[in-house]
Amino acid sequence: MGEKTVLELRGISKAFPGVKALQNVDFTLHTGEIHALMGENGAGKSTLIKVLTGVYERDEGQIYLHGDHSKSVQIHSPQDAQQAGISTVYQEISLCPNLSVAENIYLGRSEGRLISWRSMNKKAAKLLESLGIAVSPSQQLAGCSIAVQQMVAIARAVDMECSVLILDEPTSSLDEHEVAKLFRLMRDLRERGVGIIFVTHFLDQVYEVCDRITVLRDGRLVGSYDAEALPRVELVSKMLGKELDDMADIKSEIPASADDKTVPVYEAENLCSAEGIAPFRFYIRRGEVNGFTGLLGSGRSESVRAIFGADKVTSGTVRVNGKPVRIHRPIDAMRAGIGYLPEDRKRDGIIGDLSVRDNIILALQVKRGFFRPFSRAQKIRFAEKYIKLLDVKTASVNTPIKSLSGGNQQKVILGRWLLTEPQYLILDEPTRGIDIGTKIDIQKLVLKLASEGMSVTFISSETDEMLRTCSRLLVMRDRRLVGELTGDQLTQQSIMKTIAGGDGA
Amino acid sequence: MTAKPNRSGAGAFFAGLLRHQIMIPLAAMLLLTIFHLIVDRSFFSISLMHNVNGDPVLTGSIISVIDSGSELAILAIGMTLVTAASGGQDISVGAGIAISGSVILRVLCGTNPSPEHMQAPIIVAFLIGCLAAAACGAFNGALVAFFRLQPMVATLILFTAGRSIAAWVNNNRLPVVNDIEFKYFGGYIPGIPIPTPFLIAIVCFIVTWAMLKFTNIGLYAQAVGINEKTSRLNGLNPAVIKLTAYVILGLCVGVCGLIKTSRVGSINYSVIAKDIEMDAILAVALGGNALSGGKFSMSASVLGAYVIQYLTTTLYSLNVRPAAISAYKAVVVILLVVCSAPAVREKFSRLMKKARAGKPSGSAA
Amino acid sequence: MTAVKKIRGFLRNMSDTNLLTSITVFVFIVMYLIAIFGLGEGFTKPQTLFNIMNANAALIILSCGLTLVMISGGIDISVGGVTALVSMCCAVHLDYQGGNVLTALLIALGIGLAFGLVQGYLIAYLEIQPFIVTLAGMFFARGLTTIVHTDPFNVQNEGFLKLKDIRINVPGLGSYNRHGAYIDAYVEIGVIVALVIVALMFVMLKWTRTGRSFYAVGGNRQSALMLGINVRRTTFLAHLTCGLLAGIGGFVYFMHVGSGSPSHASGEEMNAIASSIIGGTMLTGGVGNVFGTLFGVLALSLIKTIVSSIGLDQAWWKDITVAAMLCIFLIVQSVIVAVRKRIGVSASKQKTG
Repeated sequence: MGEKTVLELRGISKAFPGVKALQNVDFTLHTGEIHALMGENGAGKSTLIKVLTGVYERDEGQIYLHGDHSKSVQIHSPQDAQQAGISTVYQEISLCPNLSVAENIYLGRSEGRLISWRSMNKKAAKLLESLGIAVSPSQQLAGCSIAVQQMVAIARAVDMECSVLILDEPTSSLDEHEVAKLFRLMRDLRERGVGIIFVTHFLDQVYEVCDRITVLRDGRLVGSYDAEALPRVELVSKMLGKELDDMADIKSEIPASADDKTVPVYEAENLCSAEGIAPFRFYIRRGEVNGFTGLLGSGRSESVRAIFGADKVTSGTVRVNGKPVRIHRPIDAMRAGIGYLPEDRKRDGIIGDLSVRDNIILALQVKRGFFRPFSRAQKIRFAEKYIKLLDVKTASVNTPIKSLSGGNQQKVILGRWLLTEPQYLILDEPTRGIDIGTKIDIQKLVLKLASEGMSVTFISSETDEMLRTCSRLLVMRDRRLVGELTGDQLTQQSIMKTIAGGDGA
Repeated sequence: MTAKPNRSGAGAFFAGLLRHQIMIPLAAMLLLTIFHLIVDRSFFSISLMHNVNGDPVLTGSIISVIDSGSELAILAIGMTLVTAASGGQDISVGAGIAISGSVILRVLCGTNPSPEHMQAPIIVAFLIGCLAAAACGAFNGALVAFFRLQPMVATLILFTAGRSIAAWVNNNRLPVVNDIEFKYFGGYIPGIPIPTPFLIAIVCFIVTWAMLKFTNIGLYAQAVGINEKTSRLNGLNPAVIKLTAYVILGLCVGVCGLIKTSRVGSINYSVIAKDIEMDAILAVALGGNALSGGKFSMSASVLGAYVIQYLTTTLYSLNVRPAAISAYKAVVVILLVVCSAPAVREKFSRLMKKARAGKPSGSAA
Repeated sequence: MTAVKKIRGFLRNMSDTNLLTSITVFVFIVMYLIAIFGLGEGFTKPQTLFNIMNANAALIILSCGLTLVMISGGIDISVGGVTALVSMCCAVHLDYQGGNVLTALLIALGIGLAFGLVQGYLIAYLEIQPFIVTLAGMFFARGLTTIVHTDPFNVQNEGFLKLKDIRINVPGLGSYNRHGAYIDAYVEIGVIVALVIVALMFVMLKWTRTGRSFYAVGGNRQSALMLGINVRRTTFLAHLTCGLLAGIGGFVYFMHVGSGSPSHASGEEMNAIASSIIGGTMLTGGVGNVFGTLFGVLALSLIKTIVSSIGLDQAWWKDITVAAMLCIFLIVQSVIVAVRKRIGVSASKQKTG
């Protein structure tokens, strides 16, 4: 591989009101390498990328391209970045849903003032075919699945004659095949001499494709390493800035075992929702922690949403503590003592402009009724209790929740549901996109709640996290329940086997 | 009663107040007041006079502000809620006032356009008028909540048709109510020198205050306005809450219909409450509330409404032609909005910093 | 069965813009056919259609501007006010200042541009909500109109009257009157101007980079920024163009009515918005085109004509029908979009499954 540098950042600093997001960060990208940018949430990864792509303007520092130290490049806007040969795929799909696939690929970078639809569609078709993306270029993007949309975004970035490609968590909405396809593509580009910056939370993926790793922490550079020379444990400890005793702690704890004789807290037969999952049977006992596992899009989130009545429930009988109940809307589930922490925090979890206080009391307030508002003092008391209990880092109870970091927002939502004192709590990906410290806090909390008698359903993309917390795993494939694992079946291997299926065992 | 944040001195308290959004209408009011203090102090003089019926009434420019600003303030209440919950504004309130006013007159006059006596008690007419206005609100609300139309578009329908519907209710005749009692609501009640519309407005404020205090409408409307999906997952029914907001606005419109028709004892379908929707929206904006929904401050909106009326009356006192007033109003509004725009503020603060850096020995604030 | 499948697939692959536009055109044609067969005579004459266009040339131009702004995700409610202001200024200029038609036209364009510039700057670069800015713009224009001149009056300027009375004959589409004499069908200049503008706007929106960036900005501002589009400049351009078109529309309006009055074009902004919506433009942005808008305007005035010719000639029926039509279109649009979204989602589920 050539050791020529294609991109060099020197002493980049960026401050927001009250926060120093980046302090004197250096970063070097060679041609023909895949370079992982790692760090916890709030480490400054996304800020660095946004500085690089012109979304933010840096306060200090220089950016050099192609080893040309004579002049620092000025990047004031995404267009500048594109012209400088830096193209980006963002985690949240930033395409226009009302335009066609082909337009989304060529928008903002076509030559000349006029557009030739025919040649654009032809070019797009060729590009999509070469990348193995099965979609018609003239289709409106809104009609495509999320995964296809993400692949279109990647196709766009790849097609720009770029020397630097930034992939900011592009894999979170892709399934295994698509990830494999993406990795093949990334290796191809590496051969062609493109420097790739790859941001992800999945350690496996880092070690699968990356050549070098740069770790950021608290807005500062920790260091750059060769991937082969940096063991996993060391990487994690560098990201955290401490040794991993906490991780070991949790592992040693035995998952809470549930009493088999008691009436289930929640029990459903033939439950089905309008989101296209097969009807399934499900129960959970007092003090049990179980989980739905499966690939992304296998229907695990849809299943718990059906339990909570978040989607339109089409069939099924439900019993809570042995008594039949009808759960058709979230409020029915809440009245039955069920709490649900949704998968997408930003979209379904927080109410951004409202204060931490109002976010915490909301569910209990709704449960209590329209004509019986809590007094201000009571609200503050509730909020302060859970801020303390969950160690939420916030300036005050009146701070708008959107100004908190992701992990703290998640804790607030968790506090919201704990405040309703549910007998059964559903946590859908409570640890996604938050830092490892908070992840461990949440896992510990789950086990503690279960030991106090609460039933918990836990969903996570990280299997080891589920193995650490759950005593029973329900495996989903293709939107149906395909297996149930307990006891000594709970190993990575058997989970993988069940997810993959095929041999019927 | 409630736990106040610890007062670490008056400075912190005022700093908090300065950041509160009520500062925007307050500052505007202050500016207008200073202007009058310099140019024409007689604006503030209030005198007790006797009207044609021999009843004592207060007169003066300030009284006229609180009198004619009442409808606007009442509308601002409902408009604030609608804005918060649905992230849009109702532009059909003027047409709604025409409808409710027309219905009230229809009930009072029966089939005879100018009867000797009223055909029904005022309270019945008022209630039916409110019902009509609330139905209009419910129509708008249903379009917004169930068909997910943008509020401005949904209310465009009644905006277009409302005045025609009002004319249709009375078959395009102009009913006249001669009864003296009916005029009380838009004028003065004998023995009370304060204009009745203002009293009605105060009653409305009290009801609103109680509503915000003893129900969760405030919290729910904000939650739904900020994040509908989350609200649903927390057991709220966003559609019902939006609908409620529109019905409440409808009731406010009904009250305004009574005041407006009572002021003249008749109705002119194309002129009654003309452009009041624009003023009501401005009141909400002037109160510092985001027109895209979410958090709101009711008191700031109400104050905003009176400030707009204050401005209107000021312009009248400067002998501006009624038809031309809108031009001046527009300039003032633009100045206000530009000054409070985040982009401008940022630039301004950067300039201040530069100026301070330029002369380090400068002013000690 | 395969045919049904084909049609469904075709509908699914159609963009929102094309689907909504087709619906409008279809509805217009159906309405016209109903009018021909149900109401007979008058509607078979092409002149009836031309008269509708003559009366609405200005509205077509204003609606084009609004369509553009709405596609880019904004709104402009000042166009009616600007129209009134332009009419009044031109009228005063021609009759009291002895100006000629050319300078009057320049004044019209200047006023439109000025409004577009200021409003565009405030909205795009100071990021103030378009509704508030153009609301103030409307107030300002209306107020200024009465300041320029209080009372309505007819323009007597000869040059202008000549221009106003120019009729452009449309060959071959004339009809015979009661006495059997052939009368050429005609349109006013304004119609030509309006059609040229529609054509220009259509080409611009469909085949230029700038045109597509309006759609991108309206579809998703944030994404458009990330895709390398200058969002501010695009927003600014949309409002600037809308202002300019309001100026031109104002002049066309003035040519049609030949007078200045503070009450001119009252409620025209709402007519323009309604026409755009009926023409398939969505206020949420990113969907719509001017071809649909043209038919939106025509459909709107056609229904008015139909209503008055079936005997519901009290003033209120027109407004009520227009409102009912708007209501139906809005509901149909919202249902279609919701259904299509559901189809799209379930299709994507099957794929990922």
